[in-house]
Amino acid sequence: MDNKTKYQRDLRFYLTGFILSLALTGMAFWAALGTTLSSGKIMAVVGVLGIVQLVVQLRYFLHINARKQKREDFDLILFSTLVLLIIVLGTVWIMGNLSIRMHTV
Amino acid sequence: MNQTHSDLLGRLNLDSLPITALIKNPGTNEIVANVAGLVMLVGVLVVLFILTKFRLWRPLWSDWLTSTDHKKIGIMYVVFGIMMLARGVIEGVVMRAQQAMGAGSGFLEPDHFAQLFSTHGTIMVFFVAVPFVLGYINFVMPLQIGARDVAFPVMNQISLGLTVAAGMILMVSLVVGEFSTGGWTAYPPYTGARFNPGVGPDYWIWAIVVSGVGTTLSGINFAVTIYKMRAPGMLLSRMPLFCWTVICSSILIIFAMPPLSVAALLLGADRYMDFHFFTNDLGGNMMNYANLFWLFGHPEVYLLVLPVYGMYSEIVSTYSAKRLYGYLSLVIATMSIAVLSFTVWLHHFFTMGQSALINAVFGIATMLIAIPTGVKVYDWMATMYRGRIRFNVPMIYLVGFLILFVIGGLTGVILASPTVDFQVHNTLFLVAHFHNVLIPGVLFGLLAGYNYWFPKAFGFRLNERLGKLTAYLWIVGFMITFLPLYVVGLMGMPRRSYSYTDTEFVPWLVLAFIGALMILSALLVFLEQLRVSIRDRDQNRVPFGDPWDARTLEWSISAPPPEYNFAIIPTVTKRDAFAEAKITGQAYGSDDAYEDIKLPKNTPVGIMLCVLSGVWMFALVWWIWWLVALVTALIFLLVIGWSFFVDNERVIPAAQVRQEHQAWLAKLKATPPVDRDKEFSPENLGYAKTELAGDA
Amino acid sequence: MSMRHRYRHPGLNLTDTPDEHLAKNETTIFGFWVFLMSDLIFFGLMFAIYITSIGATAGGPRPHELFDFTSLAIQTVLLLTSSLTVGFASLVLKFDAKSGNLIVWLLVTLLLGLGFLFFEIRDFIEIAAKGGVPSRSGYLSAFYGLVLLHGLHVAMGCLWLVVIMIQIQVFGLINVVTTRLIRFALFWHFLDLIWIGIFSVVFFGGLHFG
Repeated sequence: MDNKTKYQRDLRFYLTGFILSLALTGMAFWAALGTTLSSGKIMAVVGVLGIVQLVVQLRYFLHINARKQKREDFDLILFSTLVLLIIVLGTVWIMGNLSIRMHTV
Repeated sequence: MNQTHSDLLGRLNLDSLPITALIKNPGTNEIVANVAGLVMLVGVLVVLFILTKFRLWRPLWSDWLTSTDHKKIGIMYVVFGIMMLARGVIEGVVMRAQQAMGAGSGFLEPDHFAQLFSTHGTIMVFFVAVPFVLGYINFVMPLQIGARDVAFPVMNQISLGLTVAAGMILMVSLVVGEFSTGGWTAYPPYTGARFNPGVGPDYWIWAIVVSGVGTTLSGINFAVTIYKMRAPGMLLSRMPLFCWTVICSSILIIFAMPPLSVAALLLGADRYMDFHFFTNDLGGNMMNYANLFWLFGHPEVYLLVLPVYGMYSEIVSTYSAKRLYGYLSLVIATMSIAVLSFTVWLHHFFTMGQSALINAVFGIATMLIAIPTGVKVYDWMATMYRGRIRFNVPMIYLVGFLILFVIGGLTGVILASPTVDFQVHNTLFLVAHFHNVLIPGVLFGLLAGYNYWFPKAFGFRLNERLGKLTAYLWIVGFMITFLPLYVVGLMGMPRRSYSYTDTEFVPWLVLAFIGALMILSALLVFLEQLRVSIRDRDQNRVPFGDPWDARTLEWSISAPPPEYNFAIIPTVTKRDAFAEAKITGQAYGSDDAYEDIKLPKNTPVGIMLCVLSGVWMFALVWWIWWLVALVTALIFLLVIGWSFFVDNERVIPAAQVRQEHQAWLAKLKATPPVDRDKEFSPENLGYAKTELAGDA
Repeated sequence: MSMRHRYRHPGLNLTDTPDEHLAKNETTIFGFWVFLMSDLIFFGLMFAIYITSIGATAGGPRPHELFDFTSLAIQTVLLLTSSLTVGFASLVLKFDAKSGNLIVWLLVTLLLGLGFLFFEIRDFIEIAAKGGVPSRSGYLSAFYGLVLLHGLHVAMGCLWLVVIMIQIQVFGLINVVTTRLIRFALFWHFLDLIWIGIFSVVFFGGLHFG
């Protein structure tokens, strides 16, 4: 592959990521603002779209996938995600429970 | 505290000085406060005098303060830690004295006592344990993995600068204004602006934020160093156990420091900008603070204790002349502890009011930690089993640790049961527990490591007799001080009480005070050991670098090591590479593959950031806004300006490296190796006649 | 060693030919990744606090009275586009570093970043005018805390970008400068990732549960 072909391949990659992100963002805005579903359902949809967009940007902008780069980076991101989930979900669990028991909501 | 404030000095005025209080209201309390301030000022003056008299300013600047050498930065961390340790111990003794005489009222005002336990806790955790641990890691870890420096030498210097600046601002609080009375945890709403409008909590906040940044940068630095800078052949599975504990500890730093910074900064936002994160009105939620603080707080104790486990592992195998038993199980145990430590934070606030289910989940997670810790204890004992044990100073600490730490661990398992915790929470039982894990678990290890690695760092051995005396004083002093606190805790005495009415506490607290005096004498003997050792240094030199017949790479080079560490980067084929080389007779060879060595140039950026951040914190505490703006701008200018210096490496030519290394080798070859019976004789020049054998 | 170096770091502009700086650059960029992950935890905690503060409006203005979703859409598109233009800059750096296009794309990125900040600050002013100031309630404190933290990151990114553009002019594309550029690109993409969380959780979550 010569440089020009490689350049065009990489360019397409970025553009794909951009268009997918734009579409996912548009869908999230529409789901949140343009539908009459219940709050819970709307946020479920928005949440799924958000997570898909995170994956898209990691893949197309940051070039992360499980195969191509060194293990260290992928391991780092996985472990960070684990800690993030423990911390955030743990906090929401504890404080949510406390708030129910203390009738603050 | 007077709340008037001017544009020029913010809320700083004459009433901020403790001497004003002494003049207005003379009494024991003010005398104690002023003596403390005076001792510190005299200390500063003595240091300045010595530096000037012996013309040490220039070497201090060019060899130390601007150095990017990981070994020197490590040593400076430890010196700083020792200084802060002295203050922390003295505060502890004063508190024990107050409680021993506290049936009635004692000699301190409640407010002063509250400052004492707040500074004592803050100092011991953030400015003794942390700098000591970071210092040892800095010095030892790159040598053990066969690297020439850490991954980011300048950032390393900046970490040190920020940590020291934060410690200094704590010292300043002794003579200007007052420190927080909210304990080392600084729980709001008590530390919020409404209940505590003075400068105390602000000192705490900024010291924590700035030292937190320094520590985080260190964590990043160490993790990257281990991942990317290991010598050829130094697979992760061949690393000394200390390095394994360092990588786990660094990961804890990277992920556990942010919660502390968030907690402190949000508390700052509440105090400075009228936010409502933790206030009791307008939708604030102070329990968010407890949650955040302990998200940090629990991993914190493991990030301190894990590297010390690593040190104990190195020590036990060296002084048993045996390979470390159960290397793989120790690695797995270390990693398990690191991950589990993120899942137990709630046990610090079982009584907050969440459901029994949540308490049970976190209680069980907490108890699980006892399993990998138990594995470690058995591994260390198994390492000693049938070894040829030498009871040098580090081994005395190790044995003291093994016995006492098990007691501390067991009381931890007791506290992990929420039902029991409801009874003893916030009593001296808890205080006894965490001192029982942190003193044997961290401090004893640091002192053991001090005796172990000191000859490597400075080229001469420490006095063994005084070292042993220090160790026994620490161990016995610890027991007499803290075991009685379990008893008064179970009797129901709340922690942090400056006085009490139940006279049944008195004998136990007097006993604890006697123990505290023993600890104080341990500190004095510790300093005396250093003085005597420096005086006798010429009889104790170990230029060949291996005084203990040790196993890992740092012992294969001269003591003190050359600035480039390794003349030739070693190629590693096995675990405990140096032990293997000694057994097969291949140690101290040279294949003449010298190369030019690139090292980072000295830079003043770390010390400049140290000074600037110190002034920045002071200005923020005292609301001197023009100075805050000025210093913030200067910090930006400094960092951006420094980024324009793109040529920051210097080269040591191969010829010079070869000449130095060959001269050292020639001297070594001309010296007879000594065996272990002569470990403490002047003949021990650090060239060991190894007693390691076979697959040791 | 050569086998190892065929692999690529995320966002790292490594050529296929060996390069004397490769090992060092890998270390630097890996270190920056570690920093970003630490920063991620910082943001994660602010998200957690925001979630626990939804509803804690203490009688003050509620989210649906405050948010301007047109402006939110504009900010989102600006930031997303700037992520793409940073990508273009990385491509130029990789394939055509000699051309002047690099500075052009960086300049476009800077303008998009400043545009984002413009709309964000305008929003803050409008929200404050409706009584939505952080001192009003725990909810608003958490809202400002998180969104301002992201905004500050973007502002710091803009400053950093200016410094890098100056350094490109002063030094040319020497190794130190290009690794800074690569780290900047990682930082900028990271801020866009955080923004996905902000519009989903802070704005839409606030709207539907606040």
